Amino acid sequence: MTFSAFSRVGGTHIALAAIAMLAAITILPGFAPLYTLINVTLYMSMGVFALSLALLWGYGGILCFGQSAFFGLGAYAYAIAAINFGDTTLAAVFAILIPALFAAGLGYFLFYGRLSDVYLGVITLTVTLILFKLINSTGGDAWRIGEARLGGFNGIPNTPLLTMPFSGIPLSPAQMFTLAAILLFATYALCKVLIVTRFGRAVIAVRENEMRAELLGYNAKRLKLAVFVISAGIAGLAGLLFATSVFVSPTMFSLSMAAQVLIWVVVGGLGTLFGPVAACFALQMATAALGKLGLVDPNIVLGLVLIVFVVFVPGGIQPALAALYNRIVSPARQSRTLEEVSR
Amino acid sequence: MDYFLVVLLQIAGAVGNLALISVGLAVIFGMMRVINLAHGEFIMLGGFAAISSVQAGINIWLSMLVIAPLSVAMLGIVVERLVMRRLYGRMVDTMLASWGLSLLLIGLATTFFGNRVVGIAAPVGSFRIGDYSLGAYDFVLAGVVLVIFAGGYAVLRFTRAGLIARATMQNREMASSLGIEPSRVYAITFAIGSALSGLAGGLLAPISGVLPTMGVAYVAKAFITVITGGASVITGTALSSTLLGSINTVSTFVTTPVLGDVALLLAATIFLRLLPTGITGRIFKGAP
Amino acid sequence: MSDYLLEAQDVAMHFGGVKALDGVDFRLKKGDLRCLLGPNGAGKSTFFRCLTGTYKPTRGHILFKGTDIAGKERHDIARAGIGVKTQVPSLFDGLTVHENLWLALRTVQSAAARKEKIADVMERVGISSLSDHVLGRMAHGQRQLVELAMVVASNPDLVLLDEPAAGMTDGEVERLASIIRDLNRTHTVVVVEHDMHFIRMIADQVTVFHQGRILAEGHVESILANQTVRDVYLGKKHVA
Repeated sequence: MTFSAFSRVGGTHIALAAIAMLAAITILPGFAPLYTLINVTLYMSMGVFALSLALLWGYGGILCFGQSAFFGLGAYAYAIAAINFGDTTLAAVFAILIPALFAAGLGYFLFYGRLSDVYLGVITLTVTLILFKLINSTGGDAWRIGEARLGGFNGIPNTPLLTMPFSGIPLSPAQMFTLAAILLFATYALCKVLIVTRFGRAVIAVRENEMRAELLGYNAKRLKLAVFVISAGIAGLAGLLFATSVFVSPTMFSLSMAAQVLIWVVVGGLGTLFGPVAACFALQMATAALGKLGLVDPNIVLGLVLIVFVVFVPGGIQPALAALYNRIVSPARQSRTLEEVSR
Repeated sequence: MDYFLVVLLQIAGAVGNLALISVGLAVIFGMMRVINLAHGEFIMLGGFAAISSVQAGINIWLSMLVIAPLSVAMLGIVVERLVMRRLYGRMVDTMLASWGLSLLLIGLATTFFGNRVVGIAAPVGSFRIGDYSLGAYDFVLAGVVLVIFAGGYAVLRFTRAGLIARATMQNREMASSLGIEPSRVYAITFAIGSALSGLAGGLLAPISGVLPTMGVAYVAKAFITVITGGASVITGTALSSTLLGSINTVSTFVTTPVLGDVALLLAATIFLRLLPTGITGRIFKGAP
Repeated sequence: MSDYLLEAQDVAMHFGGVKALDGVDFRLKKGDLRCLLGPNGAGKSTFFRCLTGTYKPTRGHILFKGTDIAGKERHDIARAGIGVKTQVPSLFDGLTVHENLWLALRTVQSAAARKEKIADVMERVGISSLSDHVLGRMAHGQRQLVELAMVVASNPDLVLLDEPAAGMTDGEVERLASIIRDLNRTHTVVVVEHDMHFIRMIADQVTVFHQGRILAEGHVESILANQTVRDVYLGKKHVA
């Protein structure tokens, strides 16, 4: 996908997203039942999580198998900070900062060590598994950071709810919903803007051809590290939202969580931003519906979806739909390019 | 002295275990550069095949050594034909598709076998060394592993089939221009790799019991062992299993099982940093 | 302060037991146009890669504008002012020609200046009509030209071209030769080449590599007439 396509439509997409977000926050809290509000808040937190990998993998070209590591770290950092300091706004900062710092260290190790893509994927996977194993075994009173018991496989059950800054009043579910919607939109807009900045374009250049980028003077390692850190921060933010909607547990680091976010990006469209968010919502709702119906094990559906998409629709939904749209709307354009090339 | 011997045997056991669960993945990865993330589920299904077979009255050795590998091999052939064949050369896509397969198989197994652990008794008892009691079954396992590795090495190194396999692995185009049909080699390789995974599952059933979600624990360890080993199927896996298995066991002795697993993962990470193409990417390069 | 733009001193490159380069001394003045010749395996491509930062020389110094760049990172060498066109065109295949050139102008700050520079370079290389074409779908000869344009756009002090004429039609080669001669009016250029006909079209001075060392250096016609050089190319002689 070319830059021009993005920058031409970037503004339009952001505007559309803003409208959708505003519509959601004005309409839903009034009309939707509490259960739905909480569920959608949860989906939106996953949407932010999806965006983090969509940015890192789709634009940065870095296949991170263990994105769940940053997701979980964000949640735990928030919970531990909130329990210890009481101030949830500060804790929220930790939720973003801790995963980002961890990513900085891990990223330095990975990118400056000349590891190829596959091995990078493996190592990030092992990192999330290590974290899973470690935190899973922290049951009992002995394991605590300050006042916060880590809780082992039970997690931290009483995650403090986010409060309005300076007032200490916990946010209501409707307010949480609104906050999540705004943050999802803001993250989307941030990513969209980022990819048209010089930094963003440099990152894409590195993804397209690292050697050529370096030969043009771009510091590839530093660029990859930067996008890795940013993506980790976003995942941490998602973790924070998840933590306050549900609770904090080691499953956030699990292979299952790592798999899900990958699936959303593949199905939604690697190299797009909206696609993975849409896929995230769609697949989560499908999984929930299937779970309720009890007809089919959700894993069967998820697995089949992933296989089908990888084999038959490797670009994902969004590019496939976009190509279809192009073919319908402007078939002339396509034939001109072919003509030129065959000359 | 006895304690020392027991520890040594424990290490050997762990190494053998790791090698057993990794060799199926190694065959497929080493030969075809395909990372089959459904490997854990192949092991799991091998376990279920063995158990179902035993419950149907078939001799336990037959179940573990014949039924289990054959069933999973058949599954492997189907998977290769339907899915993998379309994705060769696309390493990331094979990883993703096989991850999808993994989820699918877990779902199917949960539906058919339920969510409880099923087990069978070990077919041989225990014996003593000094004050310590050891399971003789561990020796059986070790024996099988040795046979697989020695046999595999011999086949690859000394037989015509092995030569064809190694040639195709190194240069697909050249092999096909010599009259070798790469797709057939790949199909057979995938079947063999699947069979080995099934065999591992069957053999491990008496030890750990079988559960639809057990594959997750195996695939990560196997994956890491294979990648650390590098391109050589037999030599690489043997070396990395020895290295990582030893580190795992020693760390477990010194600390806890959880930290032992962590140590294994950390060691692999460090190794990959130092030897980015795996052990046999640098040492024993080109060995079968 | 040396008056050489590039000066390689006793550069060696060993791969295990193989001595791809065995003590190369090479000097280049600003404004030169030098061709590197030699049979396959002679070391010219290896030397080229030491200059670009792809290889870290086992031994020796490479002074560029007075600073030793041997073993430095690729991007640092690029920033020092060396522009490279690789043997197999290395481009951003998923992007258009315009976008590729945009990326080549890393140091140009203003959007307007970039736009102007891109148009300028495309004109100079003759690819203006290809501006919106996605690179992945273009013919080989055109891709070579785009890569050349990118190198020119980045405005380096030293331009390194590795087999720029490879895979081009006769017409394209003619055009390329005139572009390179034109380039040499404002830039220092080093070209690695095989095609004798092409070399005669552009070269002034040539350096012949053999077995990891420099065999001969001088004006193109006299070098090609040199019996030792001819023998080496025809495989008759191995210089000890």
